[in-house]
Amino acid sequence: MTGLTPSQTVGPFLAIGLPWPDGPFVVPEGTPGAVEITGRVFDGAGDPVPDALVETWQADPDGRFAHPDDPRGAVSPGFRGFGRCPTGPDGSYRILTVKPGALPCPDGGTEAPHLDVSVFARGLLDRVVTRAYFPDEARANAADPVLASIGDPARVATLVAEPAAAGRLRFDIHLQGDRETVFFDV
Amino acid sequence: MMTVHPLPGLAVAPYERPSGVHPPLHFAEYRSTALRAPRRPLVLLPHRLTEVTGPLLGAERVTPAEADLTAQHDGEPQGQRIIVAGRVLDSGGRPVPETLVEIWQPNAAGRYRHSVDDHPAPLDPNFTGVGRCLTDSEGRYRFITIKPGSYPWRNHPNAWRPAHIHFSLLGRAFTQRLVTQMYFPGDPLFFQDPIFNSVPEAARDRMISRFDLGLTVPEWALGYTWDIVLRGRGATAFEQPDGHR
Repeated sequence: MTGLTPSQTVGPFLAIGLPWPDGPFVVPEGTPGAVEITGRVFDGAGDPVPDALVETWQADPDGRFAHPDDPRGAVSPGFRGFGRCPTGPDGSYRILTVKPGALPCPDGGTEAPHLDVSVFARGLLDRVVTRAYFPDEARANAADPVLASIGDPARVATLVAEPAAAGRLRFDIHLQGDRETVFFDV
Repeated sequence: MMTVHPLPGLAVAPYERPSGVHPPLHFAEYRSTALRAPRRPLVLLPHRLTEVTGPLLGAERVTPAEADLTAQHDGEPQGQRIIVAGRVLDSGGRPVPETLVEIWQPNAAGRYRHSVDDHPAPLDPNFTGVGRCLTDSEGRYRFITIKPGSYPWRNHPNAWRPAHIHFSLLGRAFTQRLVTQMYFPGDPLFFQDPIFNSVPEAARDRMISRFDLGLTVPEWALGYTWDIVLRGRGATAFEQPDGHR
């Protein structure tokens, strides 16, 4: 195998290069059933992280991906599935999307609806990866193999977004500390 | 709860799990890791559908002009004009086609066009320092830019970053996502840079581009070649031993 290229930190100046005007909009504003996921990124001192980038990746509402590695293909043509938002001075980010469907596992189980979430920032030499699950999917979440692998309910709770106003969810990310979010070795 | 029926024939080939390549999240010499790197052990995430897929963005999101960082203003930027080009491959040597490559960098004086960069070096009205392109069907990318300057930072006394260009790659799958930095050969600042040295020693030179006279355009610009290698399929990475390298 050829040697992989190592990761390096995104640094403090990512804001000149990475944000896209339509980055936070996985779906356009006004899309029926759209849900806005907002949250803040915090460091180990509990201070907001104002120079992070949050990216999300998810299936479409039918639980499918427009990608050669999903043999079923997509039902919703044109669904981007990808969101990207830099954090503001208060550590906040915002992603407008629709809830993904549940996903079949290769071993026969079912994954609950979720977004894969990457966080990049100065001070992170590699991205950190977490998942956002949905609070109105208690049964599906209870059967999700990834959440089951974590066990501790308090830790699992860091991966489930909280209901906010109608059509809005809150998903805070704690990089460190007592409320540290579960991060994955992907 | 929506019922999802098992899918006969759904086979998800996992990607390799690298070791000895990436820096640790905690690296005391890089002070910003202290309050930002997670403390708890990472939880193993098996590769299922969400991880083996990823955004495949179309060419409509990128214009060819975005690959030339010297032609984004009325005049040409100050500094040494260079061409930075190479291929994006996976570890099996297969090209990663039509994937987004995004770069950003300071100007020739080592100053970023960013409000929090207070390095007392001049801004260049003719240089933004941001470029994008899609790799072609063979995984090739090519940028025209100017050689970035080194700049001081406050990590430790008299700390200076080696000259570098930031690279961001989406790859073809969530697992392939990579943000890194490309360095230049022979930089005297490597020895004191904790970000460069956070990478295991054997893998550091993979971040250093190579001066390439073949890529150099006579009487116009110096060429630097840098290939970027993303994770490959663990199960199939040996099918094509040493395919392209």
